[in-house]
Amino acid sequence: MLPDVIGYLAAAVGGALGALARWGLGAALTSPAGAWPAATLLVNLTGCLLLGVLLAVLLPRYPAHPWLRPLLATGLLGGWTTYSAFAVDTVRLAEAGAWGAAAGYVLASVVGGVLAVAAGLLLGRAVADR
Amino acid sequence: MTPLLVALGALVGAPLRLLADRVAVARRGPGSVAGTLAVNVVGSAVLGVLLGLREVPPAVLALVGTGFCGTLTTFSSFGWDVVRLVEERAVLRAAGYVTATLVLGLGSAAAGYLLVRG
Repeated sequence: MLPDVIGYLAAAVGGALGALARWGLGAALTSPAGAWPAATLLVNLTGCLLLGVLLAVLLPRYPAHPWLRPLLATGLLGGWTTYSAFAVDTVRLAEAGAWGAAAGYVLASVVGGVLAVAAGLLLGRAVADR
Repeated sequence: MTPLLVALGALVGAPLRLLADRVAVARRGPGSVAGTLAVNVVGSAVLGVLLGLREVPPAVLALVGTGFCGTLTTFSSFGWDVVRLVEERAVLRAAGYVTATLVLGLGSAAAGYLLVRG
């Protein structure tokens, strides 16, 4: 568990790159108060789609690679997507009385995210099988 | 300066999430989602406190909020595990996992946010 330094280093590097990209998008794409946080929704849905594609291709070929999954899945896409901003933004929407927007945002994120992973998985398998 | 702080926070958050996942798998067996659930709940609570506080310096928001909490928590692994559980025909576990993530994650964010906001 602990001696696997390369995996933790890969996760750290990938995570930093993913977080920087998320920060960049967040700075470029701001949302008005009371509206869905578009940047967070976008990173979460695209990150889910890409993770599905990635693991569909990666897992059958490199099931126990020491750093590929920590770098790309745990690090890069884990750092690109975020749960904490999703959670706090939902609380803020509810606190502002925008209950409909909050419920819609949760539904879009969770249902959309799960469907995006599934779509990515099917896409990745189709590509990997060719 | 801000991107450097975001990256620094992420350099800590991502390996910590990997560690939580591996501890959960070591204790509860392969496929355990407890690690991801734990980091998502803890990260949401910390970010809730941070954003509930008034007058937090932008540097702290970048380092601890966007960098650390943003990277400690993850949406992609959550989505992946739900799909994996459904594929394994563990539909009830998948539903339980989604419910736990929403109730505990949103609950901890609300608790942190409203506690400091008062």
